[in-house]
Amino acid sequence: MIEDRNGPDVVEKRTVVKASRARVWRAISDSREFGAWFGMRLEGPFVAGSPIHGAIAPTEVDPEVAKLQEPHAGTKVTLLVETVEPERVLAFRWHPYAADPDIDHGAEPMTLVTFTLADVEGGTEVTVRESGFELLPPERKAEAFPANDGGWTHQLKLVTKYLEQRA
Amino acid sequence: MTRALATAAPLFAALGDDTRLRILARLSSEGPMSIARLTAEAGTDVSRQAVTKHLRTLRDAGLVEESRHGRETIWKLEPRRLDDAHRYLDRIAAQWEGALARLKAFAERE
Repeated sequence: MIEDRNGPDVVEKRTVVKASRARVWRAISDSREFGAWFGMRLEGPFVAGSPIHGAIAPTEVDPEVAKLQEPHAGTKVTLLVETVEPERVLAFRWHPYAADPDIDHGAEPMTLVTFTLADVEGGTEVTVRESGFELLPPERKAEAFPANDGGWTHQLKLVTKYLEQRA
Repeated sequence: MTRALATAAPLFAALGDDTRLRILARLSSEGPMSIARLTAEAGTDVSRQAVTKHLRTLRDAGLVEESRHGRETIWKLEPRRLDDAHRYLDRIAAQWEGALARLKAFAERE
């Protein structure tokens, strides 16, 4: 259902959504819709070359994941939009785990997240790729991981359960 | 596991080089060996000095270990660090798997 092709420093996941490319594109490129499923509240539209600011806000789609996101609600996030190619590609840079509001992550390197859409039988194939992990400075990792460790391990279990229920 | 992940950044920087990946692949498939042997088979474009530098980068990232055998230094793979890298990416992958599942549920409900 969800495939992966992970390289030495790249994460890639893909899935088929049973909806038209126009519908899926709106869910990704409309920042309000993006936030609704991802779990963010974003201010303003995705525009290539511009930053988009927002904050963590629990997802509207999955109550269990929403509960996990709840403690981080309000944490600020910034996405630097790189590419907006209608119905095809949306790409932005971000700090993968900017969970600590007291630290200014602004000057640090960011990973690149790319969503790519393609027509397939029965719907739209969505590929998400995140790269550039090797660019993160060590101190950033040291700060970021302890805080997220429990949450993510927990989320992995929930996600597995969630996918099994839908299989 | 948390402490291991805290040093994942230099780990990925060390892995992000073709020559170093080739060195790791050889230490993995052929076992521990000397710089002389690594250099002899690393290709004509890679000097002994360059191989030494790459090995130090890999050592600093915890990916290889050196040991003295008489006058020779033998290098061997430290596989636990590669496991750390996999776990790190598995975690990122799990996050995206969850996000894609939510996107799917969101876009399909209309």
